[in-house]
Amino acid sequence: MRRAALIIAPWLAMLASWYGIRYSGFINPALVPTPHEVAARSVELMGSRLPMDIFMSTRRVFLGVLCGIALAVPVGFILGWYKTIRTFIDPLINFFRALPPIALIPLVIVYFGVDELAKIVILFYASFFAGVIVMYEGISQISPIYVRVARTLGASDGEIFRKVIIPLAVPHMLTALRVALGVAWATLVASELIAAQQGLGALIQNAGSFFQLDIIYVGIICIGFIALFMDLGLRAIARRFVSWQERIA
Amino acid sequence: MSIAAARITFDKVSVRFDTPAGGYMHVVDDVSYQIHDREFVSVIGPSGCGKTTMMNIVAGFMKPSSGTVMLDGKPISGPGSDRGVIFQEYGVFPWLSVKDNIAFGLNLRANRASPKEREEICQRYMRLMGLEDFADAWPRMLSGGMRQRLALARAYAVKPQFLLMDEPFGALDAQTRTAMQDLLLEVLSAEGKTVMLITHSVEEAVYLSNRIIVMTARPTRIREIIDVPFPYPRTADLHERKEFGELRAHVRHLVMQEYAQQSKQKQS
Repeated sequence: MRRAALIIAPWLAMLASWYGIRYSGFINPALVPTPHEVAARSVELMGSRLPMDIFMSTRRVFLGVLCGIALAVPVGFILGWYKTIRTFIDPLINFFRALPPIALIPLVIVYFGVDELAKIVILFYASFFAGVIVMYEGISQISPIYVRVARTLGASDGEIFRKVIIPLAVPHMLTALRVALGVAWATLVASELIAAQQGLGALIQNAGSFFQLDIIYVGIICIGFIALFMDLGLRAIARRFVSWQERIA
Repeated sequence: MSIAAARITFDKVSVRFDTPAGGYMHVVDDVSYQIHDREFVSVIGPSGCGKTTMMNIVAGFMKPSSGTVMLDGKPISGPGSDRGVIFQEYGVFPWLSVKDNIAFGLNLRANRASPKEREEICQRYMRLMGLEDFADAWPRMLSGGMRQRLALARAYAVKPQFLLMDEPFGALDAQTRTAMQDLLLEVLSAEGKTVMLITHSVEEAVYLSNRIIVMTARPTRIREIIDVPFPYPRTADLHERKEFGELRAHVRHLVMQEYAQQSKQKQS
Protein backbone atom coordinates (compact mmCIF):
# COMPACT_ATOMS: atom_id res chain seq x y z
CA MET A 1 0.00 0.00 0.00
CA ARG A 2 2.72 2.36 1.13
CA ARG A 3 4.86 1.17 -1.78
CA ALA A 4 2.07 1.83 -4.26
CA ALA A 5 1.66 5.34 -2.86
CA LEU A 6 5.40 5.99 -3.18
CA ILE A 7 5.38 4.84 -6.78
CA ILE A 8 2.36 6.95 -7.73
CA ALA A 9 3.41 10.10 -5.85
CA PRO A 10 6.05 11.43 -8.30
CA TRP A 11 3.64 10.90 -11.22
CA LEU A 12 0.93 12.84 -9.45
CA ALA A 13 3.44 15.56 -8.63
CA MET A 14 4.38 15.80 -12.29
CA LEU A 15 0.74 16.00 -13.31
CA ALA A 16 0.15 18.69 -10.69
CA SER A 17 3.07 20.81 -11.88
CA TRP A 18 1.85 20.40 -15.46
CA TYR A 19 -1.49 21.89 -14.42
CA GLY A 20 0.38 24.46 -12.34
CA ILE A 21 2.38 25.67 -15.31
CA ARG A 22 -0.64 25.66 -17.56
CA TYR A 23 -2.72 27.82 -15.22
CA SER A 24 0.13 29.93 -13.79
CA GLY A 25 -0.53 32.69 -16.28
CA PHE A 26 3.14 33.01 -17.20
CA ILE A 27 2.73 30.94 -20.30
CA ASN A 28 0.47 31.37 -23.27
CA PRO A 29 -2.24 28.69 -22.75
CA ALA A 30 -2.17 27.90 -26.45
CA LEU A 31 1.38 26.56 -26.04
CA VAL A 32 0.60 24.07 -23.26
CA PRO A 33 -2.37 21.73 -23.64
CA THR A 34 -3.85 20.51 -20.36
CA PRO A 35 -3.35 16.90 -19.28
CA HIS A 36 -7.05 16.15 -19.70
CA GLU A 37 -6.99 17.51 -23.25
CA VAL A 38 -4.04 15.28 -24.03
CA ALA A 39 -5.83 12.34 -22.41
CA ALA A 40 -8.95 12.99 -24.46
CA ARG A 41 -6.88 13.26 -27.63
CA SER A 42 -5.09 9.99 -26.92
CA VAL A 43 -8.42 8.22 -26.43
CA GLU A 44 -9.56 9.64 -29.75
CA LEU A 45 -6.34 8.58 -31.50
CA MET A 46 -6.54 5.14 -29.96
CA GLY A 47 -9.64 4.69 -32.11
CA SER A 48 -7.80 5.71 -35.27
CA ARG A 49 -4.10 5.69 -36.07
CA LEU A 50 -2.38 5.33 -32.69
CA PRO A 51 -2.44 1.49 -32.40
CA MET A 52 -0.74 1.20 -35.79
CA ASP A 53 1.82 3.88 -34.86
CA ILE A 54 2.67 2.02 -31.67
CA PHE A 55 2.91 -1.26 -33.52
CA MET A 56 5.18 0.11 -36.26
CA SER A 57 7.49 1.89 -33.83
CA THR A 58 7.72 -1.05 -31.46
CA ARG A 59 8.47 -3.34 -34.36
CA ARG A 60 11.24 -1.08 -35.63
CA VAL A 61 12.80 -0.76 -32.19
CA PHE A 62 12.47 -4.49 -31.64
CA LEU A 63 14.10 -5.44 -34.95
CA GLY A 64 16.82 -2.80 -34.64
CA VAL A 65 17.73 -3.83 -31.11
CA LEU A 66 17.54 -7.52 -31.94
CA CYS A 67 19.99 -7.16 -34.84
CA GLY A 68 22.17 -4.70 -32.93
CA ILE A 69 22.48 -6.91 -29.87
CA ALA A 70 22.89 -10.07 -31.92
CA LEU A 71 26.06 -8.50 -33.28
CA ALA A 72 27.08 -6.57 -30.17
CA VAL A 73 27.19 -9.64 -27.94
CA PRO A 74 29.79 -11.63 -29.88
CA VAL A 75 31.80 -8.55 -30.86
CA GLY A 76 31.71 -7.17 -27.30
CA PHE A 77 32.66 -10.57 -26.01
CA ILE A 78 35.69 -10.85 -28.28
CA LEU A 79 36.83 -7.33 -27.46
CA GLY A 80 36.40 -7.93 -23.74
CA TRP A 81 38.15 -11.25 -23.73
CA TYR A 82 41.14 -10.51 -25.99
CA LYS A 83 42.94 -7.47 -24.67
CA THR A 84 45.23 -7.13 -27.69
CA ILE A 85 42.32 -6.92 -30.13
CA ARG A 86 40.66 -4.35 -27.88
CA THR A 87 43.71 -2.09 -28.01
CA PHE A 88 43.32 -1.74 -31.78
CA ILE A 89 39.56 -1.79 -32.15
CA ASP A 90 38.66 0.44 -29.22
CA PRO A 91 39.46 3.78 -30.94
CA LEU A 92 37.41 2.69 -33.95
CA ILE A 93 34.41 1.85 -31.81
CA ASN A 94 34.64 5.15 -29.99
CA PHE A 95 34.88 7.00 -33.30
CA PHE A 96 31.63 5.54 -34.54
CA ARG A 97 29.95 5.69 -31.17
CA ALA A 98 30.42 9.43 -31.05
CA LEU A 99 28.56 9.98 -34.32
CA PRO A 100 24.93 10.86 -33.67
CA PRO A 101 22.64 8.56 -35.67
CA ILE A 102 20.75 11.59 -36.93
CA ALA A 103 23.87 12.77 -38.75
CA LEU A 104 23.92 9.55 -40.70
CA ILE A 105 20.39 9.88 -42.04
CA PRO A 106 21.34 11.40 -45.41
CA LEU A 107 23.82 8.58 -46.01
CA VAL A 108 21.37 5.93 -44.90
CA ILE A 109 18.82 7.31 -47.35
CA VAL A 110 21.39 7.15 -50.15
CA TYR A 111 22.43 3.59 -49.38
CA PHE A 112 19.29 2.01 -47.98
CA GLY A 113 16.50 4.08 -49.48
CA VAL A 114 13.51 5.37 -47.55
CA ASP A 115 11.82 2.11 -46.71
CA GLU A 116 11.54 0.14 -43.51
CA LEU A 117 15.12 -1.08 -43.86
CA ALA A 118 16.54 2.43 -43.57
CA LYS A 119 14.81 3.03 -40.23
CA ILE A 120 15.95 -0.30 -38.85
CA VAL A 121 19.51 0.42 -39.96
CA ILE A 122 19.53 3.61 -37.88
CA LEU A 123 18.20 1.79 -34.83
CA PHE A 124 20.62 -1.06 -35.41
CA TYR A 125 23.50 1.39 -35.50
CA ALA A 126 22.43 3.06 -32.29
CA SER A 127 21.83 -0.14 -30.36
CA PHE A 128 24.93 -1.91 -31.59
CA PHE A 129 27.32 0.76 -30.36
CA ALA A 130 25.49 1.20 -27.08
CA GLY A 131 25.42 -2.55 -26.49
CA VAL A 132 28.94 -3.38 -27.56
CA ILE A 133 30.49 -0.98 -25.04
CA VAL A 134 28.47 -2.34 -22.13
CA MET A 135 29.24 -5.89 -23.16
CA TYR A 136 32.98 -5.53 -23.48
CA GLU A 137 33.40 -3.44 -20.36
CA GLY A 138 31.57 -6.17 -18.47
CA ILE A 139 33.44 -9.08 -20.00
CA SER A 140 36.83 -7.46 -19.49
CA GLN A 141 36.11 -7.22 -15.78
CA ILE A 142 35.49 -10.94 -15.34
CA SER A 143 38.05 -12.25 -12.87
CA PRO A 144 40.38 -14.84 -14.41
CA ILE A 145 40.30 -16.86 -11.19
CA TYR A 146 37.08 -18.66 -12.14
CA VAL A 147 38.66 -19.97 -15.32
CA ARG A 148 41.70 -21.10 -13.36
CA VAL A 149 39.60 -22.87 -10.77
CA ALA A 150 37.58 -24.63 -13.47
CA ARG A 151 40.79 -25.80 -15.12
CA THR A 152 42.11 -27.26 -11.88
CA LEU A 153 38.83 -29.16 -11.56
CA GLY A 154 39.47 -30.72 -14.96
CA ALA A 155 37.36 -28.55 -17.27
CA SER A 156 38.16 -28.57 -21.01
CA ASP A 157 38.15 -25.36 -23.07
CA GLY A 158 34.61 -26.07 -24.27
CA GLU A 159 33.38 -26.74 -20.75
CA ILE A 160 34.99 -23.56 -19.49
CA PHE A 161 33.17 -21.59 -22.17
CA ARG A 162 29.79 -23.20 -21.52
CA LYS A 163 29.92 -23.52 -17.75
CA VAL A 164 31.99 -20.53 -16.65
CA ILE A 165 32.15 -17.83 -19.28
CA ILE A 166 28.54 -17.95 -20.45
CA PRO A 167 27.05 -17.71 -16.94
CA LEU A 168 29.37 -14.79 -16.21
CA ALA A 169 28.44 -13.10 -19.51
CA VAL A 170 24.66 -13.36 -19.13
CA PRO A 171 24.26 -10.41 -16.73
CA HIS A 172 26.29 -8.22 -19.08
CA MET A 173 24.20 -9.33 -22.04
CA LEU A 174 21.03 -8.33 -20.21
CA THR A 175 22.50 -4.96 -19.26
CA ALA A 176 23.62 -4.40 -22.85
CA LEU A 177 20.09 -5.21 -23.99
CA ARG A 178 18.59 -2.73 -21.54
CA VAL A 179 20.95 0.05 -22.55
CA ALA A 180 20.39 -0.67 -26.25
CA LEU A 181 16.62 -0.58 -25.82
CA GLY A 182 16.85 2.78 -24.07
CA VAL A 183 19.06 4.24 -26.80
CA ALA A 184 16.85 2.78 -29.53
CA TRP A 185 13.71 4.45 -28.17
CA ALA A 186 15.64 7.68 -27.89
CA THR A 187 16.69 7.35 -31.53
CA LEU A 188 13.29 6.30 -32.81
CA VAL A 189 12.06 9.77 -33.72
CA ALA A 190 15.26 10.39 -35.66
CA SER A 191 14.88 7.16 -37.59
CA GLU A 192 11.29 8.05 -38.45
CA LEU A 193 12.46 11.31 -39.95
CA ILE A 194 13.05 9.16 -43.02
CA ALA A 195 9.77 9.41 -44.89
CA ALA A 196 7.76 7.51 -42.31
CA GLN A 197 3.98 7.45 -42.71
CA GLN A 198 3.37 5.53 -39.54
CA GLY A 199 5.09 5.31 -36.18
CA LEU A 200 5.19 7.45 -33.08
CA GLY A 201 8.02 9.54 -34.48
CA ALA A 202 6.01 10.18 -37.64
CA LEU A 203 2.98 11.06 -35.52
CA ILE A 204 5.01 13.64 -33.61
CA GLN A 205 6.54 15.16 -36.72
CA ASN A 206 3.25 15.40 -38.61
CA ALA A 207 1.59 16.97 -35.60
CA GLY A 208 4.51 19.39 -35.37
CA SER A 209 3.93 20.67 -38.88
CA PHE A 210 0.28 21.38 -38.05
CA PHE A 211 1.01 22.79 -34.59
CA GLN A 212 -1.07 20.09 -32.94
CA LEU A 213 0.64 20.26 -29.56
CA ASP A 214 -1.69 17.81 -27.86
CA ILE A 215 -0.84 15.10 -30.40
CA ILE A 216 2.87 15.76 -29.90
CA TYR A 217 2.36 15.19 -26.19
CA VAL A 218 0.44 11.97 -26.88
CA GLY A 219 3.32 10.66 -28.96
CA ILE A 220 5.95 11.59 -26.43
CA ILE A 221 4.02 10.03 -23.57
CA CYS A 222 3.50 6.82 -25.56
CA ILE A 223 7.23 6.48 -26.27
CA GLY A 224 8.01 7.05 -22.61
CA PHE A 225 5.55 4.48 -21.37
CA ILE A 226 6.42 1.77 -23.88
CA ALA A 227 10.10 2.17 -23.09
CA LEU A 228 9.33 2.07 -19.39
CA PHE A 229 7.28 -1.12 -19.64
CA MET A 230 9.88 -2.82 -21.80
CA ASP A 231 12.54 -1.98 -19.26
CA LEU A 232 10.42 -3.29 -16.40
CA GLY A 233 9.87 -6.51 -18.34
CA LEU A 234 13.57 -6.91 -18.99
CA ARG A 235 14.37 -6.32 -15.35
CA ALA A 236 11.92 -8.99 -14.32
CA ILE A 237 13.63 -11.40 -16.71
CA ALA A 238 17.05 -10.33 -15.42
CA ARG A 239 15.98 -10.97 -11.85
CA ARG A 240 15.13 -14.55 -12.72
CA PHE A 241 18.35 -15.22 -14.61
CA VAL A 242 20.87 -13.53 -12.40
CA SER A 243 19.43 -13.83 -8.92
CA TRP A 244 22.89 -14.88 -7.75
CA GLN A 245 24.14 -11.33 -8.18
CA GLU A 246 24.35 -8.95 -5.29
CA ARG A 247 22.26 -6.33 -7.01
CA ILE A 248 20.27 -6.21 -10.17
CA ALA A 249 21.51 -3.46 -12.44
CA MET B 1 58.91 -40.50 5.14
CA SER B 2 62.23 -40.75 3.33
CA ILE B 3 61.39 -44.19 1.93
CA ALA B 4 58.10 -42.96 0.44
CA ALA B 5 58.13 -42.19 -3.28
CA ALA B 6 58.74 -38.62 -4.42
CA ARG B 7 55.46 -37.32 -5.88
CA ILE B 8 56.46 -33.77 -6.70
CA THR B 9 60.03 -33.16 -7.82
CA PHE B 10 61.65 -29.78 -8.43
CA ASP B 11 64.90 -30.32 -10.32
CA LYS B 12 67.14 -27.26 -10.79
CA VAL B 13 64.15 -25.04 -11.44
CA SER B 14 64.64 -21.41 -12.45
CA VAL B 15 62.04 -18.89 -13.53
CA ARG B 16 62.63 -15.58 -15.25
CA PHE B 17 59.93 -13.20 -16.39
CA ASP B 18 60.22 -10.60 -19.10
CA THR B 19 59.29 -7.24 -17.68
CA PRO B 20 57.33 -4.65 -19.69
CA ALA B 21 60.36 -2.37 -19.45
CA GLY B 22 62.27 -4.81 -21.64
CA GLY B 23 64.45 -6.35 -18.98
CA TYR B 24 63.81 -9.55 -17.13
CA MET B 25 63.15 -10.47 -13.56
CA HIS B 26 64.77 -13.49 -12.00
CA VAL B 27 62.19 -15.01 -9.68
CA VAL B 28 63.21 -18.58 -8.87
CA ASP B 29 66.87 -19.56 -8.92
CA ASP B 30 68.01 -23.16 -9.22
CA VAL B 31 65.61 -24.73 -6.77
CA SER B 32 65.54 -28.50 -6.16
CA TYR B 33 63.41 -30.37 -3.66
CA GLN B 34 60.99 -33.25 -3.43
CA ILE B 35 57.62 -33.67 -1.83
CA HIS B 36 56.85 -37.26 -0.87
CA ASP B 37 53.64 -39.25 -0.77
CA ARG B 38 51.17 -38.02 1.87
CA GLU B 39 53.59 -35.38 3.02
CA PHE B 40 52.45 -31.95 4.12
CA VAL B 41 55.06 -29.45 2.99
CA SER B 42 54.83 -25.73 3.67
CA VAL B 43 56.76 -23.24 1.60
CA ILE B 44 57.45 -20.03 3.49
CA GLY B 45 59.40 -16.91 2.59
CA PRO B 46 59.12 -13.13 2.13
CA SER B 47 56.11 -11.94 0.17
CA GLY B 48 56.71 -11.60 -3.55
CA CYS B 49 59.68 -13.99 -3.41
CA GLY B 50 58.32 -16.49 -5.92
CA LYS B 51 56.49 -19.01 -3.75
CA THR B 52 53.28 -18.65 -5.73
CA THR B 53 55.24 -19.02 -8.96
CA MET B 54 56.42 -22.43 -7.79
CA MET B 55 52.89 -23.46 -6.94
CA ASN B 56 51.61 -22.24 -10.31
CA ILE B 57 54.14 -24.49 -12.01
CA VAL B 58 52.93 -27.54 -10.09
CA ALA B 59 49.32 -26.55 -10.79
CA GLY B 60 50.17 -26.43 -14.49
CA PHE B 61 49.51 -22.73 -15.07
CA MET B 62 53.08 -21.97 -16.14
CA LYS B 63 56.37 -23.62 -17.06
CA PRO B 64 59.81 -23.04 -15.56
CA SER B 65 62.38 -21.19 -17.69
CA SER B 66 64.87 -23.96 -17.02
CA GLY B 67 64.93 -27.17 -15.03
CA THR B 68 61.95 -29.48 -14.65
CA VAL B 69 59.07 -30.01 -12.28
CA MET B 70 57.73 -33.55 -12.30
CA LEU B 71 54.65 -35.17 -10.95
CA ASP B 72 55.19 -38.87 -10.24
CA GLY B 73 58.23 -38.75 -12.50
CA LYS B 74 56.43 -37.16 -15.46
CA PRO B 75 56.70 -33.55 -16.62
CA ILE B 76 53.59 -31.44 -15.99
CA SER B 77 51.68 -30.62 -19.17
CA GLY B 78 48.87 -28.47 -17.74
CA PRO B 79 46.26 -28.18 -15.02
CA GLY B 80 44.34 -31.30 -14.06
CA SER B 81 41.89 -32.58 -11.52
CA ASP B 82 44.55 -34.75 -9.87
CA ARG B 83 45.79 -31.52 -8.28
CA GLY B 84 43.25 -29.60 -6.26
CA VAL B 85 44.15 -25.93 -5.97
CA ILE B 86 42.91 -23.66 -3.20
CA PHE B 87 43.38 -19.92 -3.75
CA GLN B 88 43.43 -17.17 -1.18
CA GLU B 89 40.52 -15.45 -2.93
CA TYR B 90 38.48 -18.71 -2.83
CA GLY B 91 37.28 -18.60 -6.45
CA VAL B 92 33.87 -19.88 -5.42
CA PHE B 93 31.53 -19.64 -8.44
CA PRO B 94 29.03 -16.90 -7.53
CA TRP B 95 26.41 -18.08 -10.04
CA LEU B 96 26.12 -21.56 -8.52
CA SER B 97 24.55 -22.57 -5.21
CA VAL B 98 26.76 -24.12 -2.55
CA LYS B 99 25.79 -27.60 -3.61
CA ASP B 100 26.25 -26.90 -7.33
CA ASN B 101 29.68 -25.48 -6.59
CA ILE B 102 30.70 -28.77 -5.01
CA ALA B 103 29.13 -30.70 -7.88
CA PHE B 104 30.85 -28.57 -10.56
CA GLY B 105 33.84 -30.86 -11.04
CA LEU B 106 31.65 -33.96 -10.95
CA ASN B 107 29.67 -32.69 -13.94
CA LEU B 108 32.76 -32.33 -16.12
CA ARG B 109 33.74 -34.93 -18.67
CA ALA B 110 37.08 -35.50 -16.93
CA ASN B 111 35.48 -36.85 -13.75
CA ARG B 112 31.82 -37.33 -14.46
CA ALA B 113 29.89 -39.07 -11.69
CA SER B 114 26.45 -40.67 -11.79
CA PRO B 115 23.66 -38.57 -10.25
CA LYS B 116 23.53 -40.86 -7.24
CA GLU B 117 27.27 -40.76 -6.71
CA ARG B 118 27.26 -36.99 -7.14
CA GLU B 119 24.57 -36.58 -4.53
CA GLU B 120 26.50 -38.75 -2.08
CA ILE B 121 29.74 -36.84 -2.60
CA CYS B 122 27.99 -33.47 -2.22
CA GLN B 123 26.28 -34.58 0.97
CA ARG B 124 29.47 -35.99 2.44
CA TYR B 125 31.51 -32.85 1.93
CA MET B 126 28.74 -30.50 2.94
CA ARG B 127 28.52 -32.45 6.20
CA LEU B 128 32.30 -32.53 6.65
CA MET B 129 32.64 -28.79 5.99
CA GLY B 130 29.56 -27.82 7.97
CA LEU B 131 27.67 -26.51 4.96
CA GLU B 132 24.58 -28.78 5.03
CA ASP B 133 22.27 -25.97 6.04
CA PHE B 134 23.47 -23.83 3.14
CA ALA B 135 23.10 -26.31 0.28
CA ASP B 136 20.91 -23.97 -1.78
CA ALA B 137 22.41 -20.67 -0.61
CA TRP B 138 24.26 -18.33 -2.99
CA PRO B 139 27.95 -17.89 -2.18
CA ARG B 140 27.46 -14.15 -1.60
CA MET B 141 25.49 -15.06 1.52
CA LEU B 142 28.44 -16.95 3.03
CA SER B 143 31.18 -15.66 5.33
CA GLY B 144 34.84 -15.79 4.27
CA GLY B 145 35.49 -18.92 6.30
CA MET B 146 32.50 -20.68 4.79
CA ARG B 147 33.57 -19.75 1.28
CA GLN B 148 36.98 -21.21 1.91
CA ARG B 149 35.36 -24.39 3.28
CA LEU B 150 33.25 -24.51 0.14
CA ALA B 151 36.36 -24.13 -2.04
CA LEU B 152 37.96 -26.99 -0.10
CA ALA B 153 34.85 -29.17 -0.47
CA ARG B 154 34.73 -28.46 -4.21
CA ALA B 155 38.40 -29.39 -4.61
CA TYR B 156 37.98 -32.56 -2.53
CA ALA B 157 34.90 -33.68 -4.48
CA VAL B 158 36.96 -34.63 -7.55
CA LYS B 159 39.30 -36.74 -5.38
CA PRO B 160 42.61 -35.03 -6.14
CA GLN B 161 45.78 -36.75 -4.98
CA PHE B 162 47.48 -33.45 -4.39
CA LEU B 163 46.31 -30.35 -2.61
CA LEU B 164 48.04 -27.11 -3.60
CA MET B 165 47.17 -24.20 -1.38
CA ASP B 166 48.23 -20.61 -1.95
CA GLU B 167 47.83 -18.75 1.33
CA PRO B 168 44.39 -20.28 1.69
CA PHE B 169 43.61 -18.75 5.05
CA GLY B 170 45.35 -15.41 4.55
CA ALA B 171 42.13 -13.43 4.22
CA LEU B 172 40.45 -14.91 7.29
CA ASP B 173 40.33 -13.53 10.82
CA ALA B 174 42.48 -15.22 13.46
CA GLN B 175 39.76 -17.39 15.02
CA THR B 176 38.37 -18.59 11.69
CA ARG B 177 41.89 -19.26 10.55
CA THR B 178 42.63 -21.53 13.53
CA ALA B 179 39.35 -23.36 13.03
CA MET B 180 40.14 -23.85 9.33
CA GLN B 181 43.59 -25.24 10.15
CA ASP B 182 42.06 -27.82 12.47
CA LEU B 183 39.40 -28.66 9.91
CA LEU B 184 42.09 -29.15 7.27
CA LEU B 185 44.04 -31.54 9.54
CA GLU B 186 40.83 -33.42 10.28
CA VAL B 187 39.92 -33.79 6.61
CA LEU B 188 43.47 -34.84 5.76
CA SER B 189 43.45 -37.51 8.44
CA ALA B 190 40.26 -38.92 6.91
CA GLU B 191 41.51 -38.71 3.30
CA GLY B 192 45.24 -38.30 3.01
CA LYS B 193 46.66 -36.08 0.29
CA THR B 194 50.10 -34.89 -0.68
CA VAL B 195 49.98 -31.22 0.28
CA MET B 196 51.96 -28.17 -0.77
CA LEU B 197 51.02 -25.10 1.23
CA ILE B 198 52.26 -21.61 0.44
CA THR B 199 52.05 -19.45 3.53
CA HIS B 200 53.31 -16.34 5.27
CA SER B 201 52.47 -17.61 8.70
CA VAL B 202 55.24 -19.35 10.62
CA GLU B 203 52.73 -20.53 13.20
CA GLU B 204 50.58 -22.11 10.50
CA ALA B 205 53.53 -23.79 8.80
CA VAL B 206 54.83 -25.34 12.03
CA TYR B 207 51.39 -26.43 13.17
CA LEU B 208 50.37 -28.13 9.92
CA SER B 209 53.46 -29.48 8.17
CA ASN B 210 55.79 -32.46 8.11
CA ARG B 211 58.42 -30.26 6.57
CA ILE B 212 58.92 -26.57 6.05
CA ILE B 213 60.89 -25.17 3.13
CA VAL B 214 62.17 -21.69 3.95
CA MET B 215 62.83 -19.64 0.82
CA THR B 216 65.14 -16.66 0.45
CA ALA B 217 64.29 -13.22 -0.91
CA ARG B 218 64.08 -12.90 -4.70
CA PRO B 219 65.54 -14.54 -6.76
CA THR B 220 64.40 -17.23 -4.41
CA ARG B 221 66.54 -20.18 -3.37
CA ILE B 222 66.09 -22.70 -0.62
CA ARG B 223 67.34 -21.24 2.65
CA GLU B 224 66.69 -24.28 4.77
CA ILE B 225 64.48 -27.35 4.87
CA ILE B 226 63.18 -28.10 8.35
CA ASP B 227 61.61 -31.32 9.58
CA VAL B 228 58.71 -30.86 11.94
CA PRO B 229 58.87 -33.79 14.37
CA PHE B 230 55.42 -33.58 15.99
CA PRO B 231 53.24 -36.62 15.25
CA TYR B 232 49.70 -36.37 13.86
CA PRO B 233 46.94 -36.02 14.90
CA ARG B 234 47.87 -32.59 16.15
CA THR B 235 45.60 -30.57 18.37
CA ALA B 236 45.53 -26.95 19.45
CA ASP B 237 47.46 -27.63 22.68
CA LEU B 238 50.53 -28.27 20.51
CA HIS B 239 50.83 -24.49 20.23
CA GLU B 240 51.64 -24.36 23.96
CA ARG B 241 54.46 -26.93 23.91
CA LYS B 242 58.02 -25.80 24.48
CA GLU B 243 59.41 -27.66 21.45
CA PHE B 244 56.79 -26.04 19.27
CA GLY B 245 57.82 -22.63 20.53
CA GLU B 246 61.48 -23.31 19.87
CA LEU B 247 60.88 -24.53 16.34
CA ARG B 248 58.60 -21.59 15.65
CA ALA B 249 61.27 -19.20 16.91
CA HIS B 250 63.86 -20.81 14.67
CA VAL B 251 61.71 -20.61 11.55
CA ARG B 252 60.64 -17.07 12.36
CA HIS B 253 64.26 -16.04 12.77
CA LEU B 254 65.10 -17.38 9.29
CA VAL B 255 62.10 -15.74 7.69
CA MET B 256 62.77 -12.38 9.35
CA GLN B 257 66.35 -12.45 8.10
CA GLU B 258 65.05 -12.92 4.57
CA TYR B 259 62.59 -10.07 4.97
CA ALA B 260 65.48 -7.88 6.12
CA GLN B 261 67.50 -9.00 3.11
CA GLN B 262 64.58 -8.17 0.82
CA SER B 263 64.15 -4.64 2.14
CA LYS B 264 67.90 -4.07 1.81
CA GLN B 265 67.66 -5.11 -1.86
CA LYS B 266 64.82 -2.69 -2.44
CA GLN B 267 66.79 0.21 -1.03
CA SER B 268 69.92 -0.46 -3.06
